[in-house]
Amino acid sequence: MKNEKEILKVEHLVKSYDKGDPILKDFSFMMNKGEVVVIVGPSGCGKSTFLRCMNMLEPIDSGKIIFKGRPINREGKNAHEIRQKIGMVFQSYDLFPHKSILGNILLAPLKVQKRDKKEAEQEAEQLLDRVGLLDKKDAYPRQLSGGQKQRVAIVRALIMHPEILLLDEITAALDPEMVREVLQVVLELAKDGMTMLIVTHEMEFARAVADRVLFLDQGEIIEEGHPADFFAKPETERAKQFLNTFHYEAIDAQA
Amino acid sequence: MQDSGILVLFQGTNFLRLWEGLWVSLRIAVISMGLSLVLGILMGMIMTSKNKIVRFLCRVYLEIVRIMPQLVLLFLVYFGAAKHLGINLSGDVAAIIVFTFWGTAEMGDLVRSALISIPTHQYESGYGLGLTKLQVNLYIIIPQTVRRLLPSLINLLTRMIKTTSLVVLIGVIEVVKVGKQIIDASRYTTPGAALWVYGAIFIMYFLICYPFSRISAVLEKKIKD
Repeated sequence: MKNEKEILKVEHLVKSYDKGDPILKDFSFMMNKGEVVVIVGPSGCGKSTFLRCMNMLEPIDSGKIIFKGRPINREGKNAHEIRQKIGMVFQSYDLFPHKSILGNILLAPLKVQKRDKKEAEQEAEQLLDRVGLLDKKDAYPRQLSGGQKQRVAIVRALIMHPEILLLDEITAALDPEMVREVLQVVLELAKDGMTMLIVTHEMEFARAVADRVLFLDQGEIIEEGHPADFFAKPETERAKQFLNTFHYEAIDAQA
Repeated sequence: MQDSGILVLFQGTNFLRLWEGLWVSLRIAVISMGLSLVLGILMGMIMTSKNKIVRFLCRVYLEIVRIMPQLVLLFLVYFGAAKHLGINLSGDVAAIIVFTFWGTAEMGDLVRSALISIPTHQYESGYGLGLTKLQVNLYIIIPQTVRRLLPSLINLLTRMIKTTSLVVLIGVIEVVKVGKQIIDASRYTTPGAALWVYGAIFIMYFLICYPFSRISAVLEKKIKD
């Protein structure tokens, strides 16, 4: 390990689907422990694909993904062990419909980490309380709203004590009024020093939560910077154009 | 003359014998179903394989089972095994083999369609939590598949119970055969017994199958939400 703080590093990652044009072209990237990196960019720019590669859900064409100083590999025998350390929350929440909320949360700690049931249950209840859903612990996913499901999905990832959390457009499928309750949870996690890699379309949220912003277009990092700088005065034309589409909406809303 | 027919049912041990005959049918159906269940789940998993040749072979198997009448399969196994392999299977065993062969194919196809109806996201969230492939299948996919399967599975079971009436043709003494024996035995004393005996058999099948189809209907409703 060269750097104690460095948690995730990507070297020359190339990824394509079904031998088509590469979605990610020679992608290199590094992040430190405790850092919150937000990836923004137009649809189809490869941001979700990138996140999925980080959790080894997608095979990669070439390049290296290094987690805590060790290259990780989808085919590796210990892939599932590394995945415990890399939490992921998806756009469509994907709770297990046949299990209660508590059942959803406890599955991995009990079966993967073989933790004590009482202790895990206690932690699950603490976490649920923190996201304001303790009273729902015995409910089933179908009885919850989208925002509530997504908060449960976050808890389900958190209870594994991941060293890094990947959030893949977690508010994209939610009604606008539910976005806030979910993002509030993420903001609090950031405050607690959780390392997070976030893909989002919520620019205001990105500005608030990020330590660093990555602007992706056509599988490449076009711009990288501090959120205050990036959102106020983007350096590249493409980033400007991209951000303008959001500004237009903002002006419209004020009028 | 007609009204004495019903008495045949209660002569000697006739009524008990009918139930024993039904038990023979039911035993064949339940054992075959149990085996089909286990093998069918495996079969269904194999059927979703990415390998084209494997999928093709499964398809062939399924089509053979569907195209061939169960009776032909019964004859093939019962007489074929005796003549060409020199194995003397009892009627029960031959029937269980055939019904399992049939049930596994049907069950496999049901499992296959239930499996592919489960969104990939369910697998991914499982993997994302650090579960191994086996654990994902065991705790996430199979429980959901079974829920979706239950109604059609019970439907298959009732079909199997009814189809066991064919086994009489390979010499298994099941309920229909017992009924026939009773009718034959009283042919001269009570010629009108047939209606009563077959009527009783009809009601017996109904009593066995109806609860199953009720369970299936209730489950279907319950699983919907």
